[in-house]
Amino acid sequence: MKIIACIKQVPDSEAKVKAEGGQVSWGDAPLVINPFDEYAVEGALQQKEALGGTVTALCIGPESAKEALKHALAMGADEAILVSDPALNDLDTVGAAKVLAAAIKKVGDADMVMFGRQTLDNGAGLTPAQTARVLGWPMLGLAGQIKVDGGSATVERVLEEGRQSMKANLPAVLSVVQSIGEPRYPSFMGIRKASKANIPVWSLSDLGIAAPAPVVTRTELMNPPVQETTTEMITGETPAVIAEILADKIIAEKVL
Amino acid sequence: MKTFVYVDHFKGDIQPSSWEALGLAKSFGTAVAVVFGSKVDDVAKTALEYGADEVLVADDSTLGDYRAETYASTLSALAASHNPNLILFPTTARTREMAAMAAVDLNTGVLTDVSALEANGDSFVATRPIYEGKVLEKTVCSGKPIMATIRGRAFPKPNHEAGKSGTITKVAAAGEAKSTVEGYSASESAVNLGDAGIIVSGGRGVSNNPSLTPPNGMDEKQAEVWRAQQGFALVTDLAKLLGGAVGASRAAVDGGYITYAHQVGQTGKVVAPDLYIACGISGAIQHLVGMRNAKVIVAINKDADAPIFKQARYGVVGDLFQIVPALTEAMKKKLGK
Ligand SMILES: Cc1cc2nc3c(=O)[nH]c(=O)nc-3n(C[C@H](O)[C@H](O)[C@H](O)COP(=O)(O)OP(=O)(O)OC[C@H]3O[C@@H](n4cnc5c(N)ncnc54)[C@H](O)[C@@H]3O)c2cc1C
Ligand SMILES: Nc1ncnc2c1ncn2[C@@H]1O[C@H](COP(=O)(O)O)[C@@H](O)[C@H]1O
Repeated sequence: MKIIACIKQVPDSEAKVKAEGGQVSWGDAPLVINPFDEYAVEGALQQKEALGGTVTALCIGPESAKEALKHALAMGADEAILVSDPALNDLDTVGAAKVLAAAIKKVGDADMVMFGRQTLDNGAGLTPAQTARVLGWPMLGLAGQIKVDGGSATVERVLEEGRQSMKANLPAVLSVVQSIGEPRYPSFMGIRKASKANIPVWSLSDLGIAAPAPVVTRTELMNPPVQETTTEMITGETPAVIAEILADKIIAEKVL
Repeated sequence: MKTFVYVDHFKGDIQPSSWEALGLAKSFGTAVAVVFGSKVDDVAKTALEYGADEVLVADDSTLGDYRAETYASTLSALAASHNPNLILFPTTARTREMAAMAAVDLNTGVLTDVSALEANGDSFVATRPIYEGKVLEKTVCSGKPIMATIRGRAFPKPNHEAGKSGTITKVAAAGEAKSTVEGYSASESAVNLGDAGIIVSGGRGVSNNPSLTPPNGMDEKQAEVWRAQQGFALVTDLAKLLGGAVGASRAAVDGGYITYAHQVGQTGKVVAPDLYIACGISGAIQHLVGMRNAKVIVAINKDADAPIFKQARYGVVGDLFQIVPALTEAMKKKLGK
């Protein structure tokens, strides 16, 4: 089984992110592997353990994104590839999908490509299905459980309406969600291996494609309006007294 | 200006923010509702009742189970022949997938989770959250049609006029599915958090009532879930009384207290009700981004330092097992129920 996990590097979820001088700033907060993509790596490693094979972590990003790939290696991925090119600074999701599809083809012979559900920075959740469309492969989205049998995969999709079981032939694109299980921590051995790993960098000319022209572009950045909430703490002798006061307050808000 | 509005439904159960998309479309000009599925006459008729100028229906057995590939191909084909300027969708797992694929077909892009959309000549400027809503961006799409999935309750819902009729045109399904749906696990009645005006949510705290004695023979985990169910029963009573929906934190979902459909937050639903009552929820950033746009937030938590209080209009430091039932009682009395 040859599995590719697509990961991105993003500012840590705890970072104080804000718009500043027309740019997004996150101070000195660290850049980390997109937390949703850790599930993709975890899902890929689980399948490798069950079926044998290899896991390749794949990322489009600047040179510094190698750190995110090293995290995947430390978790247990066998190899990592960075796609990096100055012409890729303004990628939209369709563009990312085209570049990822070209890289997936260059890696070759993949049976499954695993994605996270969405990025923390852009948060679109579009790239997995778009990559599937570009490749012409089936899309098994929001998989919380994966079972491979012969040449097909059956996943349990975690949807608002409940769980849906969906099956498709391989090769297929999957996006993996938290029900797959908590991502494993990098082992000591894994961290050592990752620190020594040589991560190849592919440019657009290595992939044999031109930079996709972005269709979606940002025109302005804003900080959300600050909500001035003054909190009123409700106190009283007994729960009944507190409830009485709180009920009156809620009714006075006219939201019922 | 012609806009397509994709009416999202699960086996005929319509995603209510589809109508918010329809209202928005009408504010720009002609709104053509687009309905896919099998035996979806009722969905099409309802679209007319909410003000669609016309409905295009692909009613086909191959569309009975939603599959992204066929839905996307059917939409791409329709867009190519009808040339809308804009395609609007409610934001759901289904629409994200099908819009994503159709954008590849049509060489355009998708703006997701849009909370404001301004027409600018032939173009549109969308406002959407990035970095977990810590920053907002305005963004444009130079492709055609422009596709946007809108955030629930961000746009007004148009009036429903029962019996209003109009033109329903049948169109063909297109594309080939690349997967088969093997089945669904029994789900509870649809949880429509995105549309709820009132949400009462429970977190890990709902399992914390040491004075409750679980039935004999339960191991520790089973006892925890059992306790949590007693807690959620209190949360549900209050939600029901107020005509609201039940929400949950991820800790409650991961703990197996309640299903994922109830999860509010970054990886669950982003909601904007008029009233949000958080019971036993600490207020982690990933939860806050899902509910901080509620008009009035009430927090009930044992810990006076819980970050949820900073977001709340009203706070009670106390045990939810005492406060929540007392609040239900007080409300019952005051609302005359
Ligand atoms: C990538 C990522 C995505 C995430 N997405 C989400 C998401 O979508 N939604 C989400 O909610 N979380 C999400 N989380 C998890 C989030 O970080 C928190 O772990 C989670 O929200 C905590 O849930 P909680 O508040 O119920 O539990 P806790 O943080 O454990 O808080 C429980 C609270 O209950 C109070 N309490 C205990 N007993 C009682 C009692 N008897 N009466 C009153 N109060 C009591 C405690 O004081 C405490 O404040 C995500 C995390 C990550 C990393
Ligand atoms: N630059 C990138 N490199 C590798 N994978 C990516 C990149 N951007 C997005 N992805 C993958 O696509 C998923 C969805 O991204 P998005 O559509 O931006 O929300 C992510 O969870 C990743 O798995």
